[in-house]
Amino acid sequence: MKILVPCKRVPNPELKLKIAGGAVELTDTTWQVNPFDEYAVETALRLTEKSKGGERSGEVVVVSIGPKDTSTQLKQLLAMGADRAILIAGDDAALDADLVARTLKAVVENEKPDLVVMGKQAVDGDDNQVGQILAGYLGWPQATFLSTIALAADGKSATVSREVDTGVEERRVRLPAVATVDLRIIGKKAVRNEALSGPEVEWEDTQRLASLKGIMAAKKKELKEITAESLGVAGGILVKTLRHENPPSRKAGIKVASVEELVSKLHTEAKVI
Amino acid sequence: MSATIVLLETTSTNLRSSSLPAVSAARALAGHHGGPVIGVAIGAGIAAAAADASRFVDKVLCFDSPALSAALAETWAPLLAAAVKETAATALVASATSTGKDVLPRAAALLGAGMASDVVAVLGAKSFRRPTYAGNALTEVEVTTTIVVCTARQTEFAPAAPAASAGAVENKAVGTVDTLGSEFVSLHATKSARPDLAEAKVVVSGGRGMKEAANFKVLEELTDLLGGALGASRAACDAGMVPNDLQVGQTGKVVAPELYFAVALSGAIQHLAGMKSSKVIVAINKDAEAPIFQVADYGLVATWESTLPSLIAEIKKVKAAQ
Repeated sequence: MKILVPCKRVPNPELKLKIAGGAVELTDTTWQVNPFDEYAVETALRLTEKSKGGERSGEVVVVSIGPKDTSTQLKQLLAMGADRAILIAGDDAALDADLVARTLKAVVENEKPDLVVMGKQAVDGDDNQVGQILAGYLGWPQATFLSTIALAADGKSATVSREVDTGVEERRVRLPAVATVDLRIIGKKAVRNEALSGPEVEWEDTQRLASLKGIMAAKKKELKEITAESLGVAGGILVKTLRHENPPSRKAGIKVASVEELVSKLHTEAKVI
Repeated sequence: MSATIVLLETTSTNLRSSSLPAVSAARALAGHHGGPVIGVAIGAGIAAAAADASRFVDKVLCFDSPALSAALAETWAPLLAAAVKETAATALVASATSTGKDVLPRAAALLGAGMASDVVAVLGAKSFRRPTYAGNALTEVEVTTTIVVCTARQTEFAPAAPAASAGAVENKAVGTVDTLGSEFVSLHATKSARPDLAEAKVVVSGGRGMKEAANFKVLEELTDLLGGALGASRAACDAGMVPNDLQVGQTGKVVAPELYFAVALSGAIQHLAGMKSSKVIVAINKDAEAPIFQVADYGLVATWESTLPSLIAEIKKVKAAQ
């Protein structure tokens, strides 16, 4: 089982966002792996492992498009346990979901993975498009917003749960496929490879951190830097970002001292009850 | 003068109310594109639903086949792309429902079109405003392709009213349907007599501080008293207090009710992303430093245990006097 995990670096979402002159100010930020992509790496690793420990079976390749510094995030993912990394030189400002998907398509054609697993969206652009577009370009099935995934023992299909507006939907998809994951994919029983683990799996309830041993091992792993041109990807973006603004600020609220005051305000001032 | 296509999601008998915001967005786009608003309904046995949907658009293209019963992007995206090409439409819209978010980007890929996700405003024929950075920025984007694709955030476009006259329903031949090996297995639907979270006028959400499932009873009582929908933070869902589909936030539902109660809920960025556009926000939390107070119109620093019973009693008094 070879699994490709596209990952994006994003500015730390916990830091206050600075917007000035129509642009997001990113010079002071710290960068990290998009959380949903980190869950995707954890998912891919679990799909190549027995939940009770033991030998791994399969390969996890992480790929990112970004500036040279993105190697920091890729090294972290190698230290988590990914086997190889590919960094395609790119500038966030010159990318959109379509160009990212077309670049990834070229990577998929070179690497020929059995499965692509990625986050459902990056927490900066919040597009929630790349996985679906990639699947469309490849003509592959897609399984989006996953909260569970179980690979069949023959490695030819996967049964997945998706959190949809009306509840939880179960689907079966043929491989190769593109899967995008939501946050509950890192739950204790959410990921299972039937060829490796029996019906009962038990994982840690969070994504793993890079261990010291993992960090040492990562130094020997391959991190290949290439260009989009070398993949034969040409053409520009289809969606231009014109400007960013601060959302309208809410008028400062007040603290009320009692339930009676709260209900009175809601009734007479806000007029919502 | 070219058409705008809108994806109309249906049950077997009705247009889903979640598609009405998409109709509003489509009408706004049609104002710039100059042509009619054409709905596309896809499913199995949906003749009645297509007729219902026709009240809102100039025409409905109905793809009705047993092979289309499940909303698979693999089968729905090619039909949407075909409908766009056949009508020479220059815009394709859906509500940002779980189906819209799944299907539209794939349709955009098949059309070679640029897409704007989760838009909150149509600014022109090809330009939109949309939230980014978990709602901490509003971003103007411009699609540069002839065909533009977008999903519309349900809470930001008013549900469309029926048009002056109903459009015609055109039944389209459905050729070979290739699911690419994808198969719908089952839907574990959440049954609730309460209004849909995304459409409710009042939402009452509980957080980690509710401690256990049994404690949500008191929130349910408040919810039902106000005719609202119940919500929760990720922490409350993860702790198993309530089902995951009650989660409000970046994962989960985006809501913007008239009145939002955040009870024993700290207000992580991921949660704020899903409720910050609510008209009036009430926060009840024992921690005066909880971030939720920064977005709350009315904050009460108190435990839910000491507050909720008297809150319910007070609201009952107000209601009785009305």
